[in-house]
Amino acid sequence: MLRRNKWFTFGLRFLSASSLSIVVAACATTQPQESNSVDNLTATDSSVAAQTLTIYSGREEKIMGPLIQKAKKDLGMDIEVRYGDSTELAIALIEEGKNSRADVFYAQDAGALGALAKEKRTLTIPTQLLNKVDQQFRSPTGQWTGISGRARVIDYNTKLVKPSELPTSVMQLTEPKWRNKVGWAPTNGSFQSFVTAMRVLEGDQKTLEWLKAMKANGAKSYNNNSGIVEALGRGEIALGLVNNYYLHRFTKTDPNFPVAIHHTRGDAGALINAAGLAVLNTTDQKSDAEKFVAYMLSPDAQRYLTQEFYEYPLVQGIPVSQKQISLEQLQPPDIDLSELADLKGTLSLLQEAGVV
Amino acid sequence: MQVRVITTQSPPVRTSHKPPLFLVFMAALTAGAIALPLTYLAICTVAVGGEQLWNLVSRPRTLAVLLNSAGIAVAAPLFSALIAVPLAFLTVRTDLPWRRFWLIATTLPLAVPDYVGCFALIAAFGPKGSLLQLLLEPLGIQELPEIYGWFGAILAITLFTYPYLLLSVQAGLQRIDPALEEAARSLGYSQRSTFFRIILPSLRPSLVAGGLLVAMYALQDFSATTLMRFDAFTRVIFLQYRYTFDRNQAAVLALMLVGLVLLLLWLEYKVRSRAVYYSRGNTSCRPQTLMHLGVWKVPALLFCLAVVSLGLVLPLGVTLFWLLRGLTSGLDEMVSLQEVMQLAWHSIWAAGLAAVVATLCSLPVAILAVRFPSRITTAIERCSYIGFGLPGIVVALSLVFWGANYLPWLYQTLPMLVFAYLVLFLPQSVGTVRSSLLQVNPQLEESARSLGRTPWQTLKEITLPLMRPGVISGAALVFLTAIKELPATLLLAPIGFDTLSVHIWKSTENVSYSDAAAGALVMLLVSMSSMFLVLSQSSIKELTTETRRSIQREVD
Repeated sequence: MLRRNKWFTFGLRFLSASSLSIVVAACATTQPQESNSVDNLTATDSSVAAQTLTIYSGREEKIMGPLIQKAKKDLGMDIEVRYGDSTELAIALIEEGKNSRADVFYAQDAGALGALAKEKRTLTIPTQLLNKVDQQFRSPTGQWTGISGRARVIDYNTKLVKPSELPTSVMQLTEPKWRNKVGWAPTNGSFQSFVTAMRVLEGDQKTLEWLKAMKANGAKSYNNNSGIVEALGRGEIALGLVNNYYLHRFTKTDPNFPVAIHHTRGDAGALINAAGLAVLNTTDQKSDAEKFVAYMLSPDAQRYLTQEFYEYPLVQGIPVSQKQISLEQLQPPDIDLSELADLKGTLSLLQEAGVV
Repeated sequence: MQVRVITTQSPPVRTSHKPPLFLVFMAALTAGAIALPLTYLAICTVAVGGEQLWNLVSRPRTLAVLLNSAGIAVAAPLFSALIAVPLAFLTVRTDLPWRRFWLIATTLPLAVPDYVGCFALIAAFGPKGSLLQLLLEPLGIQELPEIYGWFGAILAITLFTYPYLLLSVQAGLQRIDPALEEAARSLGYSQRSTFFRIILPSLRPSLVAGGLLVAMYALQDFSATTLMRFDAFTRVIFLQYRYTFDRNQAAVLALMLVGLVLLLLWLEYKVRSRAVYYSRGNTSCRPQTLMHLGVWKVPALLFCLAVVSLGLVLPLGVTLFWLLRGLTSGLDEMVSLQEVMQLAWHSIWAAGLAAVVATLCSLPVAILAVRFPSRITTAIERCSYIGFGLPGIVVALSLVFWGANYLPWLYQTLPMLVFAYLVLFLPQSVGTVRSSLLQVNPQLEESARSLGRTPWQTLKEITLPLMRPGVISGAALVFLTAIKELPATLLLAPIGFDTLSVHIWKSTENVSYSDAAAGALVMLLVSMSSMFLVLSQSSIKELTTETRRSIQREVD
């Protein structure tokens, strides 16, 4: 019996030794790959030279990649980007706390930026930068600023709906003629802001009634905006509540894609939300971070976002893409994005209505 | 020779002797690491006030959705068993035509990322505008019944996770001593009752181990349930993050899911019997005889074909379709081959390391639990399962917390990512290693020792070779799932260390499906070739020699 004990001990000692050596070997072999970034990071702690600006980006690499390449050249800075989901990155930044290596956070929507500001993880952005952007699209205390706007729209399947039949307000979507024909994405960040905007404009009671009526009218839930546009293309639904720029990504590969954009006026369905930047309070490169914010508000960057990705410029004097109606023709509701902070209230309304 | 399969109710090992402290230390270290997420959840929960806590926990909707999750955790393993047991039997023990091909093809749905698989299912069977509806349109069918909800979720989870059970059962089948069956037959059992009274009972550890993995997977799954619009508990956790950015409240909900995981583990513990699963004869390496299918050949083939078409051909077809559409509409949008190779290398490197480390860590845990069963060793083994039953994002955030605050020099490096994979996927390896060890007779080890073998020689020459099918399929499982992992990879990989799964995610975010398809196709190829390598190492060689021998026997 004792002998058995011994051999297991022996065998396991060997196994553990070999497993340790493999882990060590793994570390050793990856060292050369990572040494650049790690060295740079330690360098940023001690010296001013050769710093790397670390950005956590909730925006896609497809949009950011070329822009970052250009910014590196134009600003003469080394920039590294961690891509991810806006919400998840925001929570990770909160978890990382004072040990965070990130300098700048670029989020898809104002909600994630507001959450970081609330946890006191942001620095105030200098006024001359803030002033470039309409105050509707930035934090009232200067903790973050919008960079580009995205409009809420109704996309519709052109084979199933005639333009003359389209509703003039999202409030009409509860009518029987749209029964089982509308798609929405209740877990999506832009949808959250849309419902919050409706609460600001119409009040909680009316919003709750609308949500319940929509559900009773057979509104179909999708995972995200592109899921809705895809289902529209298949004809699974006739109308979808989405952001303006998703459709362009589909028509780019398939010009005959049978979906078009419809704008409502002055209601929550015409809200303009912003993707924006915050400088984190753990940064040791405050001036570099601010240079980057300034860069994103420069005409070059603004033009890139609007021309290539059909978003709306938030800095004055930049024309919108020709495929879009202009910002002046859009009639967004008169709401400051900071009024859309109460997501918790929105969640409980959605839960009360049984939508999520 | 004794043919005691399940009649013996006493534990195989004298429980009187205590495991060496060193061994417990090793395994406890592993288990402690695995329990990190749990401590994080506890810390977060404490930060939530009492009343808020109660409100959160007692909300009727929370409870209703928790029941939904429990329901799918029960249904998925049952349906998976209906697919996996016949498949395992057909591919290991019968003269099914093109058996080697089916052996590999039927395990491959595991390599399909579930978001790709669900997209494919919806594209094929969606209510409107899907392949099936377009085919049926001439018959006047405008809309198919909804695929979404319970049906779709169970279909998707079953189709893409039954290989857990399959691999486990195949490994179990290969280890059954043919002498047992021969004895049963000679005692007058028919082929059928041999199956139900000898084979199926000896497969019990494999069934339970595989079923547990399927159940846990169903509990923590996010993409399949979301795409199929099934209201699972992971969705409630996700919404909590989404709308409140409050990790503490989300942690409370995650702890409730841990409760469900613990319940499952307890149930599995109760179902496990303490029986002996090895035979005491000395002929355990003899080839098994193959059963002749006869007229059942055609239905058997159709069954294999149906499963493989839904689980593998369909997603592969949809992926190829997207890729071709991308190729015909211009190449400028697509990733270059060089980039894809780089991504594939990152994926293989990280998932491969995870497979090796997980296998090495699972050995002490499994050996302790099987050879030195006690409360502590069982607890350690059970503990290793917790990470797998939690949504990836919860585990990822817990490691962000521990890493950034306590191990900053390790945070966002490759070893940290491999560690995350270990926490998430270790049980896949523990489960299969454990069930294969259960089938090894400890007396063989003892005789080796008494014949003068050193402990290491005994382990190397006796135990490990006998456990090999289980160890290998455990490593393959870890590799296949680690390569698909997304949330932890996004948050914990070194910056710029993009893997195939990250690439697929980035492309679908951006609606460039052809780009995603390129990544998905390479991922499928990598997974398939790794499966092929693994299987050609073990079962194929055994199977071919077996076939040769059984043919030889027939000729004789």
